[in-house]
Amino acid sequence: MKWFWCLFFAFWPIVAIVLCLLAPGFDWWFPGKAESPLGGRIDDLFYMILWITTVTFIGTQIALAYVLFKGASNTEPGAENEKAWFSHGSHQLEVIWSSVPAVILLFIAFYQLEVWAEYRVKDAFPRERMEAVFERIHQDRQKNDSLALAEVTARQFEWRIRYPGFNADGTLKALMPDPQPTDLYAVNDLHLPASAPVMINLRTQDVQHSFFLPELRIKQDAVPGLVIPIWFEANHQRSYQLLCAELCGWGHYKMNARFVAESDEGFIEYLRQLEREQNEDRVDDTPDTDEEE
Amino acid sequence: MSSVAATTETADHGHHARSDDLLALLKAAPFWSTDHKVIGIQFLLTTLFTLMVGGALALGVRWQLAFPWENMPFFGALVPATAGGQIPPEFYTMLFTMHATVMIFLVIIPILAGAFGNFLIPLMIGADDMAFPMLNALSYWFMWPAIACFTCSFCVGGGPASGWTSYPALSALAQAAPGSGWAQNWWLLGVTFVGFSSMMGSINYMTTIINMRAPGLTLFRMPLTIWSMFITAILQAFALPVLTAAGFMLVADRMLGTCFFVPAGLIVNNADPTVGGGQTLLWQHLFWFYSHPAVYIMLLPAMGMVSDMLACMCRKPIFGYKPMVYSMSAIAGLGFIVWGHHMFTSGMNPALGMTFMISTVMIALPSAVKVFNWIGTIWGGKPEFNVVFLNCIAFVSMFIVGGLSGIFMAAVPVDIYIHDTYFIVAHFHYVLFGATLFGVFGAIHFWYPKMFGRYMSEGWGKLHFFLTFVGFNGTFFPMHLLGVAGMPRRYADPYLYPYLEHFLPMNQFMTICAAIMGFAQFILIGNFILSWFWGEKSGRNPWNANGLEWATPSPPGHGNFDIPPVVYRGPYEYASPDTDADFWPQTQPPDPAT
Repeated sequence: MKWFWCLFFAFWPIVAIVLCLLAPGFDWWFPGKAESPLGGRIDDLFYMILWITTVTFIGTQIALAYVLFKGASNTEPGAENEKAWFSHGSHQLEVIWSSVPAVILLFIAFYQLEVWAEYRVKDAFPRERMEAVFERIHQDRQKNDSLALAEVTARQFEWRIRYPGFNADGTLKALMPDPQPTDLYAVNDLHLPASAPVMINLRTQDVQHSFFLPELRIKQDAVPGLVIPIWFEANHQRSYQLLCAELCGWGHYKMNARFVAESDEGFIEYLRQLEREQNEDRVDDTPDTDEEE
Repeated sequence: MSSVAATTETADHGHHARSDDLLALLKAAPFWSTDHKVIGIQFLLTTLFTLMVGGALALGVRWQLAFPWENMPFFGALVPATAGGQIPPEFYTMLFTMHATVMIFLVIIPILAGAFGNFLIPLMIGADDMAFPMLNALSYWFMWPAIACFTCSFCVGGGPASGWTSYPALSALAQAAPGSGWAQNWWLLGVTFVGFSSMMGSINYMTTIINMRAPGLTLFRMPLTIWSMFITAILQAFALPVLTAAGFMLVADRMLGTCFFVPAGLIVNNADPTVGGGQTLLWQHLFWFYSHPAVYIMLLPAMGMVSDMLACMCRKPIFGYKPMVYSMSAIAGLGFIVWGHHMFTSGMNPALGMTFMISTVMIALPSAVKVFNWIGTIWGGKPEFNVVFLNCIAFVSMFIVGGLSGIFMAAVPVDIYIHDTYFIVAHFHYVLFGATLFGVFGAIHFWYPKMFGRYMSEGWGKLHFFLTFVGFNGTFFPMHLLGVAGMPRRYADPYLYPYLEHFLPMNQFMTICAAIMGFAQFILIGNFILSWFWGEKSGRNPWNANGLEWATPSPPGHGNFDIPPVVYRGPYEYASPDTDADFWPQTQPPDPAT
């Protein structure tokens, strides 16, 4: 029976490894390749840690299996030693297996800092590339205006989106912290330019939510009372899944929304469309023009 | 009342130890007793019961994930909160909230510190009882108001619906969740009562371990179980007041109109905007300042007990005793400065995120040292492949997975993606079930003869182990894949999202495994109860172990030691060349000839 248990403990890590190797083939893996440059770097870090942990996992499980098989053979009748190995440990081994993991772990920690800083530290935001977008879409802005192109307000259980409106001369206004009469609104449908870093201001009207774009690997909690700026960059012009990742009540699972990354022109056209819809009053203007004639 | 001085008195305090009466403990169990062994067994029976309750709640969660919106068989009709057997989303939220609450506050913490801490500490240090027996009894009886409060919360109040983490504003404003009115208050009161219970226990453990060790039992001759209980007690004493205070603040927010955690201007469910200037992040900081050390409170005692069991079962000294002690202390110390890793995506200052990442990554180091030392302990041993040993190996093997998956979420950028996904769920179940509960199963089989004077059945124990291990891995290993695929936690219906639709069959497989694992626990309960009456009788020292507890009769009478123990050596002198036997009890005087 002891051999059965030795095999049992040696067998399950093999199953685990095989399952992980097969998983991408069954589509039991990331929801597609990362769709943002930052997401790509997050995936790279994930794979780096996966390599390190896989090697450690295999190493420790082999060591465990080895000592088990060895132990089982030690208890066979006629084994050479009557007693187990009398050892209280080894100072040398302790030093090795403390310092080697320490170096690896510190490497993992410091290696990550840069990506984190780029994502969250304001001074490291790609400000120039964001400003280039404002240039291209002709946003009329002052130096200190918000870098955000939209404000996303989560509430139970939907995402409300506020865009700045247009000036009379057709240029796009800058997003103000408070709602303006010309602002444009949408629900559960976030449109932003693709292939450039774009920023949103994230807030919540009621409880805590979390803004999660799995394909872009972006997540940020919307915290009551705070306005949190986050930026991301979609690689392609397509629609992405947007959902809530922080328990926000009974309908937490159904904060289903989409994020559409578009060309610069497409984004402006979308805002124009919103403006038309919002100002549509269904009053037929044509008879008036007839009378004037 | 017993006092510190009582250690030197005669063993049974003038009470009649009725170790020959099989039903003595059964008779004692439901009633008031200040004997640490009775209290320990009371804790154990209570937590085994709550374990089954927590498991049933988990199966409700699993049912919804495997067969969303379908009628639950059998139980569906019995539970009034279900809509004709279906699990509505509000009820789903309550199910996972209560599952976590029961498992953490009513199973794992009390089964480790309450049951084994109580039963083992005086026995393993050679004391007749705890330093404060009355306080000890109160610590058990404070569990019952807690259980009553949680039951009220779930059954009468409408169900707490904000997760076991109870983040405001969801938990602070009654209008944020249907039914969270009184339910959340009951829930917070329940947490306060378990807090009292833990605090009374931890003060007792620290005092007992510091003051009441047998002559000769120096700190570095203490078994690792005692070290782990000691460190756990310190963790509890320093972390718990923060949670209790935060709980009172949240109750005040809910009932007295304060606004510690509620910022101004929130419009929840079309109610009037909130006033005040609180911070919801304050709750998260206070909550995790307790609840991260609590993770180690839920792990360290199991680490200690597994160390003792492994050494005994391998007939070999523990490998690296002092590194084991130091690494447990390091885990406890670092455990206080890593709480922010639960908040990487919460909008905390990003510079703090960096420091918390470094401390979190470094806490993997002492954990790794412990794993290497356990493997070193088995290395060159002569293990007996019994239920105790198998559960200990499962502990080590599962802890490796849980420890390694922790590195992913310690890394902030990776955590941005996997935070609040099933990867996290996989990770903490590997630590809390895979490690802690397998350690506990081993400990139940190992110390059962000391508790009841009889062995538990090996055969049924192995069957229970096999089914639990297979069911456990079948349930929780695929969760890593769900997490990598981006499936968020706490979703009543993840299949609403096209990118998760194809995970339905995998979730069904996991639910079947979870059911196997859940129903396998009836084997444990049956084995536990039947062995009480019909188990093979055991002597004082059924495992040929060295610890002081094995010098007492099985089961020990009131006052524990019939011969006052004197300690001559550490607890791990197995296979010593200085003695003929392959074990050398701590109480056995050295041979004057050598």
